[in-house]
Order: sequence, then C-alpha cells, then structure tokens
Amino acid sequence: MTDRPSWAPQGIDLTVPSVSRVYDYFLGGSHNFEVDREAARVALKAFPGIPKIGQANRAVMRRAVQFAVDRGIRQFLDIGSGIPTFGNVHEVAQAAAPGARVMYVDNDPVAVAHSKAVLADNPDAAIAAADLRDPRSILEHPETRRLLDLDQPIALMLVAVVHFLPDADRPAEIIATLRDALAPGSVMVITHATLLGPTPQAQRGVQEAYQRTTTPLLMRTAAELEPFFDGFDLVEPGIVPLPHWRPDSPVTEDDDTAALHGLAGVGLKA
Amino acid sequence: MTAGPAAADGGGDHGPDHDAYSNLRRFVTIWCRAIYSVTATSMTRGEFEAHLIPQAAVLREALRAERFDPRPAVGVGAALVDAHCTDPEALPSILGVIDAYLVLYCSPGDDLPADQARIRCSRLQHAVAVGFSQALRERTLAEQESLSRAALGAQAEAERALAASEAKFRAVFEGAAVGIGIADMDGNVVEINQAAARMFGGEAHIRRRNVRDWVHPENDPAIRGLNGELMRGERDGYHIEKAYMRADGSVLWANLQVTLLAEAAGPPQYQLALLEDITERRGLLQRLRHQATHDALTGLPNRALFFERLDQALDPDGTVTRIGLCYLDLDGFKTVNDSLGHAVGDRLLVDVAERLRECLTSPDQLVARIGGDEFVALYTDPPGLTAVTDLATRILDALARPVTLDGRDLRVHGSIGIVYGPVGSRGAADVLRSADITMYRAKELGGNRYEVADPDADARAITRHGLTNRLPEALERGEFFVEYQPLIGLENGAVLGAEALVRWGHPVHGVLGPDQFIPLAESTGQIVPLGRWVLEQAARQARTWQSEHPGAGRPPRVNVNLSPIQLHHRDLVAEVAGVLDETGLPPGSLCLEVTESALIGADEDALKPLRRIADLGVAIALDDFGTGYSNLSSLRWLPVSVLKLDRAFTRGMRRHPADPVDLKIVEGIVSLAHSLDLTVTVEGVETRAQAEHLRALGCDHGQGWYYARPGPPEALHRLSLADAG
Repeated sequence: MTDRPSWAPQGIDLTVPSVSRVYDYFLGGSHNFEVDREAARVALKAFPGIPKIGQANRAVMRRAVQFAVDRGIRQFLDIGSGIPTFGNVHEVAQAAAPGARVMYVDNDPVAVAHSKAVLADNPDAAIAAADLRDPRSILEHPETRRLLDLDQPIALMLVAVVHFLPDADRPAEIIATLRDALAPGSVMVITHATLLGPTPQAQRGVQEAYQRTTTPLLMRTAAELEPFFDGFDLVEPGIVPLPHWRPDSPVTEDDDTAALHGLAGVGLKA
Repeated sequence: MTAGPAAADGGGDHGPDHDAYSNLRRFVTIWCRAIYSVTATSMTRGEFEAHLIPQAAVLREALRAERFDPRPAVGVGAALVDAHCTDPEALPSILGVIDAYLVLYCSPGDDLPADQARIRCSRLQHAVAVGFSQALRERTLAEQESLSRAALGAQAEAERALAASEAKFRAVFEGAAVGIGIADMDGNVVEINQAAARMFGGEAHIRRRNVRDWVHPENDPAIRGLNGELMRGERDGYHIEKAYMRADGSVLWANLQVTLLAEAAGPPQYQLALLEDITERRGLLQRLRHQATHDALTGLPNRALFFERLDQALDPDGTVTRIGLCYLDLDGFKTVNDSLGHAVGDRLLVDVAERLRECLTSPDQLVARIGGDEFVALYTDPPGLTAVTDLATRILDALARPVTLDGRDLRVHGSIGIVYGPVGSRGAADVLRSADITMYRAKELGGNRYEVADPDADARAITRHGLTNRLPEALERGEFFVEYQPLIGLENGAVLGAEALVRWGHPVHGVLGPDQFIPLAESTGQIVPLGRWVLEQAARQARTWQSEHPGAGRPPRVNVNLSPIQLHHRDLVAEVAGVLDETGLPPGSLCLEVTESALIGADEDALKPLRRIADLGVAIALDDFGTGYSNLSSLRWLPVSVLKLDRAFTRGMRRHPADPVDLKIVEGIVSLAHSLDLTVTVEGVETRAQAEHLRALGCDHGQGWYYARPGPPEALHRLSLADAG
C-alpha cells in the first residue's frame, strides 16, 4: 500500500471504541482492545450493572430463539450480532434444531472478520457486512439470499441494536422495510435499553460513554418501542424488562435489578 | 447458612450415598449462589448449578482420597473459566465457598483428621486457582489472538476494497481531461495528474513546488488574497481565471477552481485545484476583441474602444479626475481620395495613423480612428491644458511634413478641436460633440490649427454644423416624429382634424421644434425628403383615425405644412398623389398649408403645381395670413380654400374687453373670406375669451392651447372621443 496517496482515508480505525468489542468486555470476554476497555470502564463507572444487562440480554435472546424454534422456525436473521463469543444464536438454534440456518449481520468490520473465522466450518451460518440503516442491502445481500428463504417464516433478531438508531434515522421505517420482506408466521425479537429505575444520572453516564464510540446509545420506553411492532402481534407478556420475558424460572430477588434497564418484546407477523 | 453436617445428616432414613449426594448438592447450591452473579454465562441458574455438580464432585473426591492429589482441582478452575466465570471477582467467590463449605459438606468424616482436611482444602484451593488462572490466561490470549486476526483480516479487507476504489479513482484522476492538483494546507503540491503536468509543460515544473510560488505579472494582485481567505476558513473555495508561468516561460491561462478537502470530520487537510487550460480560448477571445476594437486599416483603436475608454474616464465613480481630448479632422483628405483613388487615400491614412501614434508620449494617451478621416486622441488626467495643446501641436507638426506616396508628395493638414476639463456630469457623446463643434471652428478659421472648446462657441456652432450635418442621418435613424394639434369647429366645439407638426428627438439636445431645424433643412434641401416623410406620416395617421371612427360625422382631416422649397420641387404633385394613393386617404381629408410669403409674387407657373394639387381635391390653406403684405385681391385667383389667421390678430382678444381694432380687422377678414368662399381658421387660441370672440366674429375653426396642445396621435383620439361623448 506504499503507493497509496497519503491523503486517502483509512479503512478501519482501531483507535475508536467499537460497540461490539465493548459489549464483549462487558460479557467478560477478551475480544477487545484497550480503547474499548477504556470506554467500557467509563460506562461501568457510571453504571456498574451493565454486565448484568448484557447477561440478561443474552439470556432473553436464548429464550426467544427457543420460542422461535418451538414455533417451527428454522431460519434466523440476527442484525447487529457483534463479536461472536458464546451462547450465540446459531449455537442455541442449531442445538435446539440441527440444520437451522443463521444469517448474521454487523457493520463493524472487525466483528465481521471475527465472525467469519468462527463460522468458517459452519455451512448453515454466515455473516454479512451491512448496516441496519440500509435494510435493503441486508435483504438483498447475496449471503442472505443464499442462506435464507424469505418465503418461509424467519426469526428477525434485533437484539441490543435498535437503541443505536436515533429517531433521525427513522428506525420505524427501517423495521417496516424488513417486516415487509418477512413471510407470515415470522417473528421479530427486539431488545432495547431503557430508562427505568432510580438512576437516571447513571444512565446518562452510560449514554455519554457511548457518545465516544461510533454509535451513541439511546434509551427508549416501552411505549416508544410499540410502533416498531407495527404489523406484528406482540406475544405475551408484551414489552417487558428483560428478566420478565418468559423466564425459565421465577424471577427472584437475587436477580440483579440492573437487568431491568433492558426491555424485550417479541412480535409475530400475521 | 446455619445447617451443619449434623442437621444435614440427621435424616436417618437415607443411606450414606444419598446423604453424601445431598450434601454435595447443598455445597453446589451455595457455590452457585456465590458465583452465578459474577459469571457471564448465558445458562440459567439451574443449568449453571447442574454444570457445577461434576466440578464439586471432583473436589470432593480429591478431598476424600486416600492418597491426596490436588491436581484434578486444576481442571475445576479451568472448567469454571469455560463456564464464563471470567470476572476477576469470580475467583475469590469460588475459593471462598470452597474454603468455608467444602470440608463441612464433603469431608469423609472421622477418616480424615480435621487439621488434615483443612490442609487438603487449602491445597485444593491453590490448585483451583492455578487452573483458573491458566485457563483464563489461555483464553485471554486465544481471544486476543483471534481478535487480532479478525482486526487484521478486516483491515486487509478494507485495504483491498480501498485499493479497488483507489484504482478506479486513480484511473479517473490520471485520465481526467482537466488538470487536477492537490496541495497541503501549507501550499506544497502533493499530487498532480497528467493533464495538469501537460498544461504546465512538465511534471518537474510543478511537483514539490508551493502554490504561492506561482506569481505571474498578468494576475490581479487581488487574487493572492483569495488563497489566504481559503486557508483561514473564510471561504469554501474560489473560482478564477489565473495566469501561470509554464516550464518554457510561456503563459498558461487556467480556469481555476480551488476547494478544501477534509476527511469525514475534522479540519481541512488539503486543497484541491481543478484547472482547465483556457490559454487558446483566451487568445482567441483577445484576437476577436482586438479585431472588434481596432481599425482594420490602421491598426489604431476604433470608435468602439475609444468610447469604451472615454466612458471609463468619464465615470464619476472612476479614478480619472480630468480629461483632454483632441478631435482631428484631416483637411484635404477628401480631395486626395477623390482625385487619386481610395487605395492612395488608404495608404495616406495608414501613414497618418503611424505619425499620430508617434505623437503619444505616455500610456495615459490614446489615439483612435473614429471615422473616415477623423481621429481622436484621449488624454486621461493631463497635468494641465498646456499638456493637451502640446499634444495637439505635436499632431499638427507631425502632419506638416508631406506624405510621399509613389513619388508624389501629398499634403494633408488637420483641424483639431480640443475639449479639456474635469470629469463631471458630461457624457461621452456630449464631450465628443463639443470637440466636433470646436474642430469645425478650427476649420472655419482656416484649418491647420487647433481650437479649444468653450460653451458659448459651442452653442453658436450647434445650429450651423451639428444639426445641419446630422439631418440626413437623423431622418434615416428615425429621430423625427410627428405631433398633432387638434382643429376645432368653433360653432360646436367638434374636433375636425389636426395639424401635423414635426419634431426632432435629438439624442443630445432633446426634442427640437420645427423652427429650430426647418430653416436648416430648407437651406440644405433636406426639407424635401423630410417634408415627404411628414406628409406620409400624417396621411397614414389620418387614414387610421378615419378607420377607427367610421361614420361619425365628417371624417377627421389632417393639415400638413408645405415649405416653399417643396413647392418648387418638381415631383411635388406626383408625391402628394402617390401618398394619397398609397394611404387611401380621401383627398378632401388632406389640407396642405402654404405660407403667405411663399405665394407672394408667385407667377402662374409657380402656382401650377399647387393648382394641380387643389384639383386632386386637396385643400390648400394660406398659412400665417396677415403677416405679409398680401394683395387681398390675389385671394380671388389663388388655389386656396382656407385662410389661417396669424395669432397676431387674436392677441388682443385674450380677455374682455377685447381690443376693438383687432375685432374690427378680424371681422373684416372673415367677411372677405366668406364672400370668397374661404373658411377661416384661427391659430393661437389660448383663452375662453378668445374662443368666444372668434366664434362671435364668425370664424370657422380654431386651434391653440385653449383646446389642446400638440401631442401624440392617441391624444386626438381621446379628445375626439370626449367630444363625441
């Protein structure tokens, strides 16, 4: 690349924290660089409960995948999948239903490259580098077309990703575009950060910490999430805090209240 | 946790294995509660607890073994890391529960002394810690490695994509027909494409140079500031025409557009220049402009360029404060041209032009050829009048030497009109006219001399030269127009028609009345074409009125003045007949006015054309009647049907009581006219009193400001409509 002119823009900037690597750090992973850990520490300082949200998020994702598999769905489209560490959609889905096909999408080139390595030997899972803000590029991606049959129901997983879309990006329109491409019987899973509980100041700290990444974080209320489910029937229990969405065992007081700062909802396309 | 082994073992009904298993489960429950909250596992609590059972069993077996071996506990630490107990806080929790409860729930009992059990428990904790640390380190290293691979892979992917896009961009950059150059914010040239290199005549000439080095004397100093404004962020870019020095020293004219380049966010880092070579286009434009602004014969600036410069100099907002102007007309050039031919005349002019050029002593002097043998020298901001007269003297001296052409000595002299003064309200045409008039004065004073303009002399000369000379041109250019003054029937106030009055819309002097130019036109014979033109206009107009007012009483008629000169023109009758024929105006609707003086002493031959016109049915009016000493008896045989009474007779009737003598005279004239079957028109009716007197005296028609001033044809239209209403 020596003959590349010095004024050409760089492809990847590893000096900027990445949402997916920060998330990995919250989950105790080491798929992160110091710049990511620094951003994560700032967020943790403001709100030490974040890893619990991450954990609860993973758990609800797992339960939602199981829900989809139980409905006979064998295709998954996970947008904003991040760094694949453990308990990923394909692990859960393919454990529950061997041969289930999983299409991952992320806009972080490092996460995409990592996912490629992890999925290299899995013929039923693939990753595409695309952006949720351009839903058509996801639907029309050759890998999506290869792996998923959109005439059959799929599970659309929007786990901890919609809160990175400001209203200016028109998230409802983006989701509607995706919805229109789904066959009846498809489900959509959304989890989203929310302002709940006693520490709005701490939440602001988290938001500010995310301002330093390339993708700022937005809190939305359950009511604000409802329009995203336009054209879907929300399944019981509706849009609720993460631990409350179809828990495996009764929620106990031992469960960290931090997890209440995430919302989950699953819709069924009629 | 208060339950001890005694309580746990107190069931009695259960066998020892079952007791041992439930104790293990109790240990695991405590262990799970301590660790679960610090793990990142996606397992449920129950799953996690089940996951811990084999690990707890390993610890229990190691604790109870006959020969103590702590090594299996290393695997327990590793298994916990595999279960995502990777939080640094997890290890103290893991070990704390082992320390506090392992012996309690998993001891073999009396087989192992308590102190030995404690020691084994401690060593097991060490082994778990070792396994945990090793596994965590391995895992961390593995994850870091996989992440680094991913980052490198992503980077490579991005580089590939970038290289592909770069290759495309490079092709566009290199293949572009416009020159493209990129410089850093200090002005150092970083990149140029082939087109730019070609424009500059070699890559070496522009690479590694600084854009600030490119100065060219042709450039306006103001453009140097533009780049500074760009660098300081005061503008986003600029677009100019700029001259550059090529490698070979010749000039490159470029249409230059400069903008700033910035990465996605952040301050600009480079400046981008797009250059289009306009050298040829500019050269062509300059040649075209030179052709458009220079006289092809002599190469001197032409009339257009001269006026451009004069306009610039006279601009009140400009930098020039005063001007001197020498207007030169060659005396005797026409003779040369007529006797020796145009070819000789042209060569003479070329020679004169060359001499005039040599008379200029500084760049603020300009000499132009503005007509056949007319030249003008413009001197901006001369030091004084003397400097301008010196220039005129140099010109006269230059012309004093005869011009030798084909072995023949030709003598030409010049007459020069000088205008000198401050730049003020005068326009270019005004200044030139003044110089022209002054030049004529020099000519009248014998030529081969200069005269300096003064306003009084100008005014005297206007009539003689300015107007007379311009008459033919003015007619061609349509500077004349006709106004109409209504003729009113005194009996009922009806509009009967109008008298056509010619005006000259002079571009410099404004609107001139007939008395200001008709005598000049008569003296030069121009009255003939002018009079014909007025006749045509008036006849056409009368016809228009008639077609606009069909059948409303008598059709409007029009009176047209006939000059004595026209009267003697042999084509007069044919022209009048032609105009009537052409316009379709009935002859009875036309009245030609002839002055009394024109008919005095006219013999029958002189009257013949008039008689023939009257025979056509056209009315003839005797204009200004009463101003000459007319032979009243001649009225009997003149071909006249209307008397137009001079305004002198009506002055005494402007107010009551009227001058009784005037009343008597007019009464007598009217009576005489009527007895000769002539109608009487009175001019100069200005008051109601006059109008009433004249009607009482039996006058037929009136004309004057009291009714209407002369105006455009539409005015009569309105008046007549008002009258009809």
